[in-house]
Amino acid sequence: MTGHVPVLHPEDAVAARRNLLLGVQLGILSEIMLFGALFAAYFVIRGGSPAWPPSGGVDRPELLLPGLNTLLLVSSSVTMQLGVRSAATGKRGMLLRWLALTLVLGGVFIGIQAYEFATNGFGLSDGVFGSTFYTLTGFHGAHVLVGLTLIVIVVNRARLGRIGADRHTAVEAVSYYWHFVDVVWLFLFSTLYVL
Amino acid sequence: MMRPSLLRALIGAVLGFAIGGGSLVLLGGGEMGPGQILGLGYLLALLGFLLGIGAFRFWWAWIAGGEVDPADEHAAHGAAGDWRRYLRFTTDHKVIGIQYLVTAFVLFLVAGLAAMFMRFELAQPGIQVNKDFYNTVMSTHGAMMITVALVSIIGGLGNFLVPLMIGTRDMAFPKANALSYWLLPLALLMVAINPLLGGFDSGWTAYPPLSQQANLGQQAYLMAFITIGVSSILSAINFLVTVFRMRAPGMTLFRMPIFVWAMTVTASLVLIATSVVAAAFTMLLFDRLLGTGFFRPSRGGDVILFQHLFWFYSHPAVYIMAVPGLGAILEIVPVFARKPLFAYPLAVASFIGIGVLSFMVWAHHMFVSGMADAFHIPIMFTTEVISVPTGIVFLSALGTIWLGRIRFATPMLFVFGFLAAFLVGGITGVYLADVPTDIVLSDTYFVVAHFHYTIVGGTIYGLFAGTYYWFPKLTGRMYSEGLGRLHFWWFSLAFHATFLPMFWLGIEGMRRRVADYPAEMGAVNLFVSFAALNIGLAVAVFVVNMVRSWRRGPATVANPWRAQTLEWQLASPPPVDNFEHQPTVSATPYQYGSAAAPSPGHPAP
Repeated sequence: MTGHVPVLHPEDAVAARRNLLLGVQLGILSEIMLFGALFAAYFVIRGGSPAWPPSGGVDRPELLLPGLNTLLLVSSSVTMQLGVRSAATGKRGMLLRWLALTLVLGGVFIGIQAYEFATNGFGLSDGVFGSTFYTLTGFHGAHVLVGLTLIVIVVNRARLGRIGADRHTAVEAVSYYWHFVDVVWLFLFSTLYVL
Repeated sequence: MMRPSLLRALIGAVLGFAIGGGSLVLLGGGEMGPGQILGLGYLLALLGFLLGIGAFRFWWAWIAGGEVDPADEHAAHGAAGDWRRYLRFTTDHKVIGIQYLVTAFVLFLVAGLAAMFMRFELAQPGIQVNKDFYNTVMSTHGAMMITVALVSIIGGLGNFLVPLMIGTRDMAFPKANALSYWLLPLALLMVAINPLLGGFDSGWTAYPPLSQQANLGQQAYLMAFITIGVSSILSAINFLVTVFRMRAPGMTLFRMPIFVWAMTVTASLVLIATSVVAAAFTMLLFDRLLGTGFFRPSRGGDVILFQHLFWFYSHPAVYIMAVPGLGAILEIVPVFARKPLFAYPLAVASFIGIGVLSFMVWAHHMFVSGMADAFHIPIMFTTEVISVPTGIVFLSALGTIWLGRIRFATPMLFVFGFLAAFLVGGITGVYLADVPTDIVLSDTYFVVAHFHYTIVGGTIYGLFAGTYYWFPKLTGRMYSEGLGRLHFWWFSLAFHATFLPMFWLGIEGMRRRVADYPAEMGAVNLFVSFAALNIGLAVAVFVVNMVRSWRRGPATVANPWRAQTLEWQLASPPPVDNFEHQPTVSATPYQYGSAAAPSPGHPAP
């Protein structure tokens, strides 16, 4: 009996935008708890261990590459935010350039991470040091990959002209996620590598 | 190409499993064990299932840079009277609610059959069937009933009712809502078939080291529970955004029906706690499959860490199960006592208080685990404090009943049943909160009796009360009052006859989770088994009532109970698009007892 198709009103679009952004924020809250549990496991295990890394010929990774990675990821948050600003003011060319730069920074981060994994000299199954190190950085790396995929999708939509000053919710939503992934890395860097 | 359908979903699942498992067999060079094969196979099977049911078809267009076709999106909402929408990826919250509810009751029956088997094994001392099989059935019963308690009220009644109660057309994210339902079938199938994979004997708590060594069935359970967790997180985000952003004009937070408040608190708990257990189960899976050492002391890991992470979720989970039941009870009481809900703001504050405190009590499950002694007294204290807000909710129900003009229809009978059972559950909980008594009673049937009194008393009585109360709204038909009363009395007598003696058995020292017990407890156990069989028969009466009434029950009117919440101002069952006009709300929905009070929730003309 209902053959009609509902028309999307402007106020519906505003509501949809607010809903989506709140949904992403709540999703990030649940992600914070996920990483919180992993960090909790890390601190409990490390606190219960007489030395860290526990004896057994395993050394903590050098700080040079992860330090570089930290710089990369922090800058990528800046470029991402500049992209959001360009989107909000309707500058499509600038948006595309900032997002492409974000993609490059994130991609290099993953590349360096992969190189580090391959050359660390210890593995996932080498005791609790390897277990916690690779599980935490691995979960984070997977989030970076998801973030990169989302940015690719957004870049494609921007390229097709589907993102404008009045509809750039997707860019904002992805930026929330990207900043979250960045902040998680700062915690990882300071606890896994430095402290 | 075939349309998205259940058949295509099943084909997708089989193909996914074959690709995932097969590639490991072929490429792994014989190094991959059955665990790895099952792991990747299950992941891809889940993906194939969702692809087949059409879960991603709207998002594909968007990802590829296009826009979702509004006509297709509208079609996915389903048409009235088309039963096939219940077997499809339908985005209507009312359809999804019924999908959840029916799934939960089917699971309830299977898990109930498992309980019947357990009581058969326990009817006599010694081993009747098989110890290992008993362990598997016991674990499966627990895992399934936990799932029933987690999804039945919030997923079933909550999905159906919350948008109606706050006066909106659907949930905030209808497609994600359908996705959270369709994540479940394959996960539940994994739990159901775990005996074929060797079963598991850790119980639903899955403590290492046992859970690290146990069969593939254990792994099936862990993966399934993580999937259920992802589904509930999605659903929780949906509820919160819906409640905070989509209320009708005039529906202020303190005019919301108490059931909506209960859903909101529950969804917050789900959102915050669930990823912790998902992380714990993932670490456990890594320990089994990838050689990590999180919970292996031989590699520097910590077994008690697992228990902390597990209970950090699983104690809030007890309230994720109970609060929706309490919400349903408080929603029903004013309608059948014809009085405003007593101390409504305090009841809301208590739900929030329960939610906050529930994160501070987890370690009372671990008094005998060997955890740090410093935890004992603070956790004992917070556990006793949480009985205060719970008690206020209880008093809110009692205060509403007090001097009311009570109609003893089936939903109200279950409210009284709740009051009796939950009271016993609450009082016996004190002995498990107090460290000295808990150390003696831990892991005995006293604990089994206590949590059945709280979860059956809080959740299942609430579920039955809610299902009878909203049955006319859900189906447009009325259930049989006679069968409803028979169900109530038979179920309640059998329930108390089953679980009350277990307190005594526990004090005498009968161990939980074990297939055997000292011979001198044989007589009481035989009685308990006989009583448990009667629970099963009483539930059969419920099933007959529901199935018969849904098919042939007398048609009902929009508001048979003369209730004031918004859902009753719509036809039974409600039209596909809910409200033809945006309703405006001007008062709380509990204005009973004053003759002049208008029904505050009438949709504006």
